[in-house]
Amino acid sequence: MKKYFYEFSKGIIRENPTFVLVLGLCPTLAVSISVINGIGMGIAATFVLLGSNIIISLIKTVIPDRIRIPCFIVVIATFVTIVEMTMKAYSPALNRALGIYVPLIVVNCIVLGRVEAYAQKATVVNSFFDGLGMGLGFTLALILISGIREFLGAGKILGHTLFKGFEPAFVLGMPSGALLAIGLLLGFFNLIKMRKTCK
Amino acid sequence: MKNNLFVNTSPHLHRKESVSKIMWMVVLSLVPSGIAAAYIFGLSALRVITLGVISAVVSEMFLQLAAKRKVTILDGSAVLTGLLLAYNLPAHVPFWLPIAGSVFAIAIGKQIFGGLGQNIFNPALVGRVFLMASWPKYMVAFTQPMNYDAITSATPLAILKEGRALEKIPYLNLFLGNRGGCIGEVCILALLIGAAFLLIKGYISWHIPASYILTVGLFTYIFGAKALFSGDWLFHILSGGLILGAFFMATDYVTSPLTAKGQVVFGIGCGLITAIIRLWGGYPEGVSYAILMMNAATPIIDRYTKNRVYGAK
Repeated sequence: MKKYFYEFSKGIIRENPTFVLVLGLCPTLAVSISVINGIGMGIAATFVLLGSNIIISLIKTVIPDRIRIPCFIVVIATFVTIVEMTMKAYSPALNRALGIYVPLIVVNCIVLGRVEAYAQKATVVNSFFDGLGMGLGFTLALILISGIREFLGAGKILGHTLFKGFEPAFVLGMPSGALLAIGLLLGFFNLIKMRKTCK
Repeated sequence: MKNNLFVNTSPHLHRKESVSKIMWMVVLSLVPSGIAAAYIFGLSALRVITLGVISAVVSEMFLQLAAKRKVTILDGSAVLTGLLLAYNLPAHVPFWLPIAGSVFAIAIGKQIFGGLGQNIFNPALVGRVFLMASWPKYMVAFTQPMNYDAITSATPLAILKEGRALEKIPYLNLFLGNRGGCIGEVCILALLIGAAFLLIKGYISWHIPASYILTVGLFTYIFGAKALFSGDWLFHILSGGLILGAFFMATDYVTSPLTAKGQVVFGIGCGLITAIIRLWGGYPEGVSYAILMMNAATPIIDRYTKNRVYGAK
């Protein structure tokens, strides 16, 4: 059990896909404008991660080594299609907000990275926990970034205005604000890590 | 006889000037413009300047304490950043605007890179562009000069950009600062007094300001009107923040090229970008963006304009 917990928890802090592996920045930059977008994107990516990790680790012995990437992409694309169709059916507003970034989960480096680096060599159960942890880590990072951006850039959290008279800084809602927020958070987490290793 | 031969590394020529002294001299050279602003816009201009300077110094101190660096708030560089930022704001802004700009300028523009001498971009302009992108409605609410009731008016460049018929503002009014604009940019006369002081004392060289202003003049003369070679070049030189930017912000030691050749390239680049933004861009004024863009190009300019080592081919 402890081993599984290790596989699960490493994605949240030690190997956080956004702040430590620095993967999947493209959707992170694009959709982190509001918390609800962040959560939607995180859940979608988590589902795809879980599904593709499980399937790939199941069929890892039958995939020929030379054409493994196309095989991975087919599996991932299947799950992305499921997510996209579900989202279109049950939450069209969110689908519109996330736009092209839902289909683009196919080429999200976190998904392909986990499949290539982990699931194709690991057992099914390990892959399951790895995908879940990585997905959760990605979701938490998105919530953190989009929370900062939505609060400072629009003065709201989850669409609710918090303080009256607070004048939001538009720049954080713009792409430059995304780069700024991610850069500062990355620096902050690296600082913490440096302090820890120095001790 | 004592041994008079000793080996030492360069530089061998020393002057009494220190970075700190130069910073304070630049601050001093900006004082006439501040006095002119207080005369033109009233006490609210002084309020913005005070808030900008104090918050820049305080945030520099806190960040240096937090990073456990030496606290160097007396070297004048934070004062200069706060002052230049305040000069780039309209006179009637809410009190928190200069504070937010100064904190951002010092934190993101300067200390995050490691402090004075390490920053890529001019901190004051980083602060200004942050404010411009964040709270545009306050940043373009310029007040009429000589009118202390805070009636807003557009700057000459904004009127030009909107395509409204520009009632001809006499050049003398532009020169003396009787027009809408930011606190420190309107009175060209006061700015030129400060600039002359810096040039005579040798704190700045003529290369960047001259090439910058000449490029803007030439470009707007050629392309400024419908027919070629008939633009109102003097208007473009006297309006907006060109004089303030060319003499006091583009010449920042840290973020401009080192050699004379590089500085001319830098000035021409700033001039081209400024003129292009003014004539065809989305904003009425482009000085701050032009200088920031050329700041980013400074390392590469330095690489290609290195002075030849004596004796080398």
